[in-house]
Amino acid sequence: MLEHYISLFVKSVFVENLALAFFLGMCTFIAVSKKLETAIGLGIAVIAVMTITIPVNNLIFNHILKEGGLRWAGIADADLTFLGLIIYITVIAAIVQILEMALDKYVPVLYVSLGIFLPLITVNCAILGGSLFMVERNYSFTESVVYGFGAGTGWALAVIAMAAIREKMKYSDVPPGLRGAGITFIVAGLMAMAFMLFSGIQL
Amino acid sequence: MGKYKNALLGPLLEENPIAIQILGICSALAVTTKLETALVMSMAVIFVMAFSSFFVSVIRNQIPGSIRIIVEMAIIASLVIVVDQLLKAYAYQTSKQLSVFVGLIITNCIVLGRTEAVALKKPPDISFLDAIGNGMGYSLVLLIVAFFRELLGSGKLFGMTVLNLQAEGGWYHPNGLFLLAPSGFIIVGLLIWALKTYDKDLIEEE
Repeated sequence: MLEHYISLFVKSVFVENLALAFFLGMCTFIAVSKKLETAIGLGIAVIAVMTITIPVNNLIFNHILKEGGLRWAGIADADLTFLGLIIYITVIAAIVQILEMALDKYVPVLYVSLGIFLPLITVNCAILGGSLFMVERNYSFTESVVYGFGAGTGWALAVIAMAAIREKMKYSDVPPGLRGAGITFIVAGLMAMAFMLFSGIQL
Repeated sequence: MGKYKNALLGPLLEENPIAIQILGICSALAVTTKLETALVMSMAVIFVMAFSSFFVSVIRNQIPGSIRIIVEMAIIASLVIVVDQLLKAYAYQTSKQLSVFVGLIITNCIVLGRTEAVALKKPPDISFLDAIGNGMGYSLVLLIVAFFRELLGSGKLFGMTVLNLQAEGGWYHPNGLFLLAPSGFIIVGLLIWALKTYDKDLIEEE
């Protein structure tokens, strides 16, 4: 049983890396990977938010939205899956807001260092994408916790590696037209190729 | 007339949402292994963008500033649900291939970006045209990328064989890399390079 979870974790971090295999969260990925420090802050925020939102959305899906999910409330055949999208995004926005307030009150140091990134995470498609993949693949609650943490870690890893590469790239002579966004895409392509080596890994 | 034309045609090249503003990239790369999915996705994004910009712009004077993001999200999410249900009803195969990416139009930064930047400030007609223009700029990049990926990756265009595959007695040996993630990044990177070489004013200083 434990092996199954470890395998799921490794798969979500490396093989199915949200940023480099599914292109999720790319806008933030390109925009915030200029400096290593900010990339680390953003990475931690993404891990925290994904580890919370994916299991919460899992509970909501299984006990409210799924066909027959409302049986505990005495409504046997309600199918609310079509409301999924609007509910998940609301849950994500609400949790980000709560997390922001909680951090501000209890861990102000972390709150200051994450700064602007927390609210921005609401519109990071990696977070919503994670929830949608969870629904599509029918994960159980425990699986969704592992998947949330793994997927967040994978995304953080990718953005931190990218920022480190871009900091080094300041010393290289990039053709004028490629400067900025262009070369970042090509570097991301090469990174994606490197991550492809992990595909097929089974534990 | 000038401002209408600018709103509609500006985003095609000089202000292209993907290549220059770097918005909405996730979906752009993920759905471009085939022209067909790219086309369906483009139409879905144009529809959602045009109407979300229009509706937000109609009620822009009634939205309180502090909750505007939630209002915009609610409008966008409702429109995306409509598109998602329509696709499931009339194009089930394609909607299966697009998988989670139709839902991800909600968090596509172009949509929210245009409602924030334009629809909140300008009247409905301009916002509507601007959204369609940006949607077309987005579609243009999507279709170019999909063209190369489908042609080189599987020798087909819109599912029709163009280059005869070796496996079927032809001459073309498909390059499987074009169907995988890395090629998407690299093609967009090269596209940005081409666009910036064509229009030197767009080059970034670092």
